[in-house]
Amino acid sequence: MIDAFTGALHDGFGYVAISYCLAAIGLNIQFGYSGLLNFGQAAFLAIGGYIMGAAIATSGIPTIPAMLIAILFAVALALILGVPTLRLRADYLAIVTIAAAEILRLVFGTSFREYFRGKDGVTGFADGFRGLNPLPEYDGFFLTYSRNELWTIIVGWIVVILICVLVWALMRSPWGRVLRGIREDEDAVRSLGKNVYGYKMQALVLGGVIGCIGGFIGAFGAASVQADTFNLDFTFIALTMLILGGAARVLGPVVGAILFWAVLSFLGSILSDLSANPTVAQFMNADQASNVRLMLVGLVLMLLMIYRPQGIFGDRKEIALDAR
Amino acid sequence: MSPSSRRAPQGARRRGPAVTLLLLLATSLFAVLALSGTAQAADGDRTVVGTLRNSADDNAPVPGVTVDVETSDGGQYTAESNEEGRFEVAVPASDTGTLTVSLDTDTLPDGVDLREGAPDTLRPTGSLSTVTANFALGPDDRQVSTKWDQVPQLLYNGLLFGIVLSLGALGLSMVFGTTGLTNFAHGELVTFGAVMTYMGNRVFGLPIMVSVLLAVVLSAGFGWLNDKGLWAPLRRRGTGLIAMMIVSIGLQFLLRNLYQYFTGGRALTYREYVTPAGQDAFGLFTYTTRDVVIILVSLLTLIAVTLALQFTRLGRATRAVSDNPALAASTGINVNRVITTVWIFGAALAGLGGAFLGFSQSVTYQLGAQVLLLIFAATCVGGLGSIWGAMLGSIIIGLFVETSTLLIPSELKYAGAMILLIIVLLFRPQGLLGRAQRIG
Repeated sequence: MIDAFTGALHDGFGYVAISYCLAAIGLNIQFGYSGLLNFGQAAFLAIGGYIMGAAIATSGIPTIPAMLIAILFAVALALILGVPTLRLRADYLAIVTIAAAEILRLVFGTSFREYFRGKDGVTGFADGFRGLNPLPEYDGFFLTYSRNELWTIIVGWIVVILICVLVWALMRSPWGRVLRGIREDEDAVRSLGKNVYGYKMQALVLGGVIGCIGGFIGAFGAASVQADTFNLDFTFIALTMLILGGAARVLGPVVGAILFWAVLSFLGSILSDLSANPTVAQFMNADQASNVRLMLVGLVLMLLMIYRPQGIFGDRKEIALDAR
Repeated sequence: MSPSSRRAPQGARRRGPAVTLLLLLATSLFAVLALSGTAQAADGDRTVVGTLRNSADDNAPVPGVTVDVETSDGGQYTAESNEEGRFEVAVPASDTGTLTVSLDTDTLPDGVDLREGAPDTLRPTGSLSTVTANFALGPDDRQVSTKWDQVPQLLYNGLLFGIVLSLGALGLSMVFGTTGLTNFAHGELVTFGAVMTYMGNRVFGLPIMVSVLLAVVLSAGFGWLNDKGLWAPLRRRGTGLIAMMIVSIGLQFLLRNLYQYFTGGRALTYREYVTPAGQDAFGLFTYTTRDVVIILVSLLTLIAVTLALQFTRLGRATRAVSDNPALAASTGINVNRVITTVWIFGAALAGLGGAFLGFSQSVTYQLGAQVLLLIFAATCVGGLGSIWGAMLGSIIIGLFVETSTLLIPSELKYAGAMILLIIVLLFRPQGLLGRAQRIG
């Protein structure tokens, strides 16, 4: 039981949680504040990990410029996705972003092998980042994080805090009020002379760049990137976290991500302990335990969306949005 | 804020979706329960098999050749090819490592030689119980075909795939047309058909035709359950379309993992017609009787559905609801009944498509999830909500996916379809046959 709690804390604050948390913060700007359905957030994280990783590992570019290049790619992707779809109905953006995320996942996983290394994924780019690690050598006593993990996590949470402050400041600015206005009634905002298309595009780019930064953290934490990490489920899990914590709230995605991973890890320990019991194992072996865990994720998303779409912190009125 | 997002009165109906959701779960659990018992693969020896044929002598079998197998822990096994040139070497299952299979060239009969440059030692990979080792004897007489020789075959494959895809696309498009729901769990209806066919065929040992029929009936029931258990209560509550779309994502997650709970990660195959013999059509492409039957049944089904939509009372009502639900309701059409019917038929069509896909792609828990995006692409390319559009779009996507392999690596062929989708949305957002209406 103690192990399950430690594991839950370990996963709730780990670099994977941070990576998903940043993905969810990006989604929050797009979906929560602006009502844009970006179902391809995974593509922005894939760009973050892959472009940065390949720039460092293959081209020998230093870490910071490599990150800037990746961010440029993320901005370009957001523009390419936004130009054709932001004038259309909301579900078109959803389908195009999904399509783009799948295209990128397939390309990263199979093509340009001299840069992206096919199924093996990109490795050997984290040394620069880990070289900056000021922590002393120690024997993993703190929640069993390794020294490099702890360094990634410290940097990651600082980044999360900074971005949260940025989101908070932006959303109480006039710019943020226009975004919420667009979410509530596009035509009303347009009639005030605002360039709705431009605002939506800015929201898409900003959310994408934050996702891209999440890709950096995930890549540094694992010291490798694999294309299959960034499948459709990635975006859907980030969306679940956002709705769990509460959309259109600054801390919604943060709380959602921590809670999601902690509960998922806790459930995982409990279920796999249960499946070790021979009586239970007849119904549920270790693999099936992990299926049960993910079935619960789907169920939680459905029940949340039906009964408490505002999640833990949200305001029900704020997310009663509709496409038609 | 549009009127459809208004809140339904709270109270009596509040518990509706949760109870019915559980019912839905329990029923599907019960339905696939039988799978778990039979899904374990049989343990046993591994067998290395192969057939030796001499291409210099019209592919005559070569008997009496010694083949040695060495396991990674040093075990030695040997066998001799029989009159049909076939050899079988049994290796204990306990040894799971790499096998080294070597052909003793000294035992080859006179006049039979190993092909120039071909190895006499193979390290076949694969963890299946049967490991195939192929040695090439005699000169290389394989026909070298150019890329463009494959065009007729690819067109045929694309047409076959597109027609099966359209069974899935039609259901999605009809549901979207009548309710406005973009159903991300539609692929799971496809998987349901495949899994049920597998169950009937493998678990209960029914003939494949009966299994497919049964799967379609069960899929229809599953569609009814989907609507009655989840979507109808949500519509009554006045849940917004985007909220429903996200609910369907949750349902997709739930069902896909439920399928995996029973099937595991394995690729399952039906008992019959898994690898039928191909027949040659005018020297252009190879077809199988199985695929011709699939094409005919699919086409007949599609024609029946379109005729029904055109000429029956219910079909006309369906189109009226698609066009304008409020107006349809005011002319006395029972909108909810129409929607339930659409769900039943849509799910049955998807189930039939899944049962057919199970032949060529084998049954896995993510069969439907893998084609979901192609189904989306097909309906968007053809025109969301349009019946003819869904079919046309599916054929285009099917042909495009297969023929694009001429130019791009085959592992990127689905990416090609996604690019086609984006291009079509860019220049004709309503799709090829969709009505030009305000969509933004």
